[in-house]
Amino acid sequence: MQTQKSHNLNQYDLELDSSGGNPITWLSFAALFVVLCGLLYPLVTTLLGQALFPFQAKGSLLERNGQIVGSSLIGQSFSGAGFFVGRPSSAGKGYDPTSAGGSNLAVSNPALLERASATASDIAAREGVTVEQIPVDLIAASGGGLDPHISPAAAELQVVRVARARGLSVDAVKTLVQKHTAAPTFGVLGQARVNVLELNLELQR
Amino acid sequence: MEVFVSYLILFLLAWPLGLYMARVFAGGKTWLDPILNPLERGIYALLRVNPARGMTWRGYALALLWSNVPIAIIAYLIFVYQGVLPLNPDAIGGMSWDLALHTTASFITNTNQQHYSGQSQLSYLSQLAAIVTMQFVTPAVGLAAFAAVLRGITGGIRSSNVESHVAVPAANLGNYYVDVTRAITRVLLPLSIVVALLLTWQGVPSTFDGAKTATVLEPQTIEGKAITTQTIPVGPVAALVAIKQLGTNGGGWYGPNSAVPLENPTPLSNLIQLISILLIPVASIFMVGAFTKRPRFGVMVMGIMSLLSAVLAFAIIPAATQANAAFAGISASSANMEGVEQRFGPIASALWATWTTQTSNGSVNAMHDSLNPLAGMVALIGMWLNVTFGGDGVGFLNFFIYLIVAVFIAGLMVGRTPELFGRKIEAREMKLASLGLLISPLLILVPSALALAIPSVTANSNPSFHGLTQVVYEYSSAVANNGSGMAGLGTGGSVWWNVTCAVCLILARYVPIIAPLAIAGYIGAKKSAPQTAGTLRVDTPIFAGMTLSVILIVGALSYFPLAVMGPIAESLTIGKPLPQPVPLGQLNQRPPEPVRTVSEGK
Repeated sequence: MQTQKSHNLNQYDLELDSSGGNPITWLSFAALFVVLCGLLYPLVTTLLGQALFPFQAKGSLLERNGQIVGSSLIGQSFSGAGFFVGRPSSAGKGYDPTSAGGSNLAVSNPALLERASATASDIAAREGVTVEQIPVDLIAASGGGLDPHISPAAAELQVVRVARARGLSVDAVKTLVQKHTAAPTFGVLGQARVNVLELNLELQR
Repeated sequence: MEVFVSYLILFLLAWPLGLYMARVFAGGKTWLDPILNPLERGIYALLRVNPARGMTWRGYALALLWSNVPIAIIAYLIFVYQGVLPLNPDAIGGMSWDLALHTTASFITNTNQQHYSGQSQLSYLSQLAAIVTMQFVTPAVGLAAFAAVLRGITGGIRSSNVESHVAVPAANLGNYYVDVTRAITRVLLPLSIVVALLLTWQGVPSTFDGAKTATVLEPQTIEGKAITTQTIPVGPVAALVAIKQLGTNGGGWYGPNSAVPLENPTPLSNLIQLISILLIPVASIFMVGAFTKRPRFGVMVMGIMSLLSAVLAFAIIPAATQANAAFAGISASSANMEGVEQRFGPIASALWATWTTQTSNGSVNAMHDSLNPLAGMVALIGMWLNVTFGGDGVGFLNFFIYLIVAVFIAGLMVGRTPELFGRKIEAREMKLASLGLLISPLLILVPSALALAIPSVTANSNPSFHGLTQVVYEYSSAVANNGSGMAGLGTGGSVWWNVTCAVCLILARYVPIIAPLAIAGYIGAKKSAPQTAGTLRVDTPIFAGMTLSVILIVGALSYFPLAVMGPIAESLTIGKPLPQPVPLGQLNQRPPEPVRTVSEGK
């Protein structure tokens, strides 16, 4: 077998390596890729991201009078009559991002039925409707427990109660809901949704 | 509609990428050469590697194993000592030994099964230097092994003076370090930078600042305690999420992964991440035909995988979009939204659930524990088969093992020595293929049985049939190197779960990579017989049907009993009297129903 040196990667040296390199190669392989992929890559993308999209890069934070009041991407707990209420949350004591999580209750788990029944009767009493009128997203916990959105139907259900509590006309509240409703992206991606925190922020001026 | 759009965009992007990857691994010219050639020369010099020197299968396998060890050790040490290391703005403490062991095993095997919650248990240094590093290296290793196997089965790389049909002492599978480096510099890094920026644009955080504290709009009093603030963990999230998806990794920044709005803020970011799950796995299959110069073989592989992928997608959507049985009569009737985010909805979540389990990705945008039982089963089937595109590079390696078995069986049926591309498959290759084939059922069934026999270790969040599904899901996910989970299982602080999963993870990663490398090494060294009318051709529809049968029979028969005892039994018994008393508190008892047929869950 004759050896043939070439710098073209297509033509390999026929004296093949059967040992897979040596410890120096293995150690420098680790060091190299920790620096390149684990430190340089995130540094470059993060700095670029900050420069191009400063608002999003910081976490889409909403401020009022110089104070952070939340993130437009993270829901908050609401209970007062003058506020729209979001979905049930299994994140800590409700909408706690440090312990984000779903309920992880199986469809067959009696605990799910119990929780949903309690939520449904609360909502029915609060909004003065029958349980069959409650849109399912209002009794189903979201995946991360931080969902900032509800369905337009779920907002519609709460309009009358909020309008009454705030002394506003139903139409005025409906207009505000409209303003914070997003349609499915390009008409096909995802679902229509109402951002509860942004809507409540505007109500609570 | 969203499903068709997703598949269409996926294939339109994967096709050119696959042809580009074929050039990358063949050492051909690509448009990034002016920047990357000098960089790569520097890397080879630093590693003291001669890029022109090829490796035998042994050399390739040893390089693969040994080069992974120091990375794993560094990662383990970072996890344990993160509390005193820099880049820790939220002052997070070190991990326990068993959790660090599991996390290391999970990420070095491209699995990304998570028994921790990233936003509160990992420092930025851990997320980047440990997690992101492994999220780049492990898919690159998979792609490298994939390229090496493709070289092997076509006779290895031969110098111009060695004809392809003669036997050689050992097949040249290429240089491991060159393959890994090029996979990172030419495929993973450029794609990740683009995806990370797109995700930041959509709202995924990109900052080195620590968590933000917000004053909530309406303070709440819960259990007697006033809650007036909300802590919002941020960080260089977009960088991690990009490679998490592209590298079939799946391990997210936040605990509930891409269900968290900061990790996946909009339907558009969801589409970008969804496409990124399958982009490289599908491109790899487009690469097969071009790289081996056997386009018909590439079409055969693509045909089988696409068919399986489509069947799983069209099975999960009707299953997942049924109403949640627990909500019957207490809400307006509509698709199951438990564990599903409003901005995505049940269809986008169902598609994600099947794509993430067809590949070895394992990220989630909805909680799999709360999927309707039969939708959960489709996710399980994806992991059991593990060849519907599969992980970056390793999907084809799993397919290759089935292919060898199919060739062997077909050879026996027609009474000829089985051969692949004119090279004989003999006892040694078959033993290796059997090992690769049997290790997965062994590693799923035995630990599941053990865990179920010792109920104190399982810590289920759900009773009855679903409890079994949770345990089987956890081991299936570990063994398929998938990483998704039915997250209600109490795995976090459990030595049992951390240690048993770590063992499964490591065996199920390296055995199914080394076995195909060895087979390819042995086959590649053999002489190739000229193709005649009697040759068994592997690029015909009949042979494709043969391979598909092997995949389905092995996959279905090994795990069918589990599917029956878990999700199928759960689906059939929902709403029926359970073995244990049903708790009080139902608002609406279901009305007595006429006897339901078995097709209920379809």
